[in-house]
Amino acid sequence: MAGPRNISVSEASRPVLPRHAKLKYDETRKVWVILAPERVLAPDEIAVEVLQLCDGKRSVGDVSDQLAAKYAAPRDAILADVIVMLQDLADKGFLTEIREKTS
Amino acid sequence: MSDVTIPPSDSLAVLEKQRSTAETFGIPLAVLLEITHRCPLQCPYCSNPVELDRSGKELTTEEWKKVLGELAEIGVLQVHFSGGEPTARKDLVELVKHASDVGLYTNLITSAVLLTRDKLSELADAGLCHVQISFQGIEEGLSDRVAGYKGGHRKKLEVAKWTRELDLPLTVNAVMHRQNLHQLPDIVQMAVDLDADRLEVANVQYYGWALKNRAALMPTVAQLDECTAIVEEARERLKGTLAIDYVVPDYYALRPKKCMGGWGRQFFNISPAGKVLPCHAAESITGLEFESVRSNHSIAWIWQNSEAFNRYRGTGWMKEPCKSCEFREIDFGGCRCQAFALTGDAANTDPACALSPLHETIFKQAEREAEGETSRFLYRNFAGGTLESENGT
Repeated sequence: MAGPRNISVSEASRPVLPRHAKLKYDETRKVWVILAPERVLAPDEIAVEVLQLCDGKRSVGDVSDQLAAKYAAPRDAILADVIVMLQDLADKGFLTEIREKTS
Repeated sequence: MSDVTIPPSDSLAVLEKQRSTAETFGIPLAVLLEITHRCPLQCPYCSNPVELDRSGKELTTEEWKKVLGELAEIGVLQVHFSGGEPTARKDLVELVKHASDVGLYTNLITSAVLLTRDKLSELADAGLCHVQISFQGIEEGLSDRVAGYKGGHRKKLEVAKWTRELDLPLTVNAVMHRQNLHQLPDIVQMAVDLDADRLEVANVQYYGWALKNRAALMPTVAQLDECTAIVEEARERLKGTLAIDYVVPDYYALRPKKCMGGWGRQFFNISPAGKVLPCHAAESITGLEFESVRSNHSIAWIWQNSEAFNRYRGTGWMKEPCKSCEFREIDFGGCRCQAFALTGDAANTDPACALSPLHETIFKQAEREAEGETSRFLYRNFAGGTLESENGT
């Protein structure tokens, strides 16, 4: 799951957690966590839902479509929120993306 | 999204909100596993106890696997494989694999000198999530002298490169003291050049081996001020490129550090022989009995109920000036090991605190040592230490 760092999230990006950031449900504390080097992040419910859809195949646009349909909410607002959330994670070094292979 | 930072050896945080009842202690998020005390390096500030566990006392592969399973089950999320030098154990790949299988996030804290590219690649395949490599300086001469190991610095640079080639995140750990603080700006640049994600600028903490070497290591006040300025400037300049964690020595502070986040509150480590300890220096406090994973008790029981963990938990054990101090639940009286080492009683106020009656005497002495001529090291080894020769070999 190698991927570039310092990415800029847009509607077309296909983000995915890098191998060193692991999304996991913590059975003991009953919360979702992202495990990263020397850090544990506590994503909120929405962030968890977004990250579960970020599989490196779906684009940010696809993810927003899905959430807009599910919550019957305006897509533009959702897209904007998703980009802000993912960019924050990317800036901390806990998000990468899949880019088109040239081979 | 909230971040819970887990510094490597100080305050390992618990994710749970602090409860009002001071007696509720959640299981720590991360645990330090000192799987061996064997190490080819001989750094004079080693954080291991002066009395090292010999290899015959080390937990077996099966015992460590049982420990890993138990830790995952009770809610620990991350483990740091440390030592000594963890790669000195032949079963490290197997242990990392097992930790990954039971769902633990794995960090390797290493001197790197024993690693080959194949071994590192095997560790990555076994699920290793993060590598932290210690550096003693910026160039071979000083670095190899501090480590007491020829060729070490060059090897570290090589392993750091392999780490990034294998797409593992890298932390550069730089332990700072009077004899290498002048290299700090270059160390920051080295971390950037090595494509590290994090840099730990960790000033030596003076217990155990480091206390024996205090006269050779203690920085001057001026050096320390410069160090802080360098870190602050680099943090700002390298935002988004390199995260910098900074550990200051507490000798020149007026307030003590909240050591380990408070005794038995957020942290435990397991020694090579399987002792469950409130901090990696805790065995230096004589008169405390530490329970082992080899006992009939579970790790959770030891954490919650053992005498050693409960002895200095909370504030009930405190004497004056801690007892009535408004900061007692902020710093918990500082470091118990330092209090014991410098005053003979772990229940005394850590002399790093200006309210300690011993603060003036002890820290004036440290200041004198910092201005002194002594630069020879007492190298760390199983023989109780070896003094560096006059010509620095």
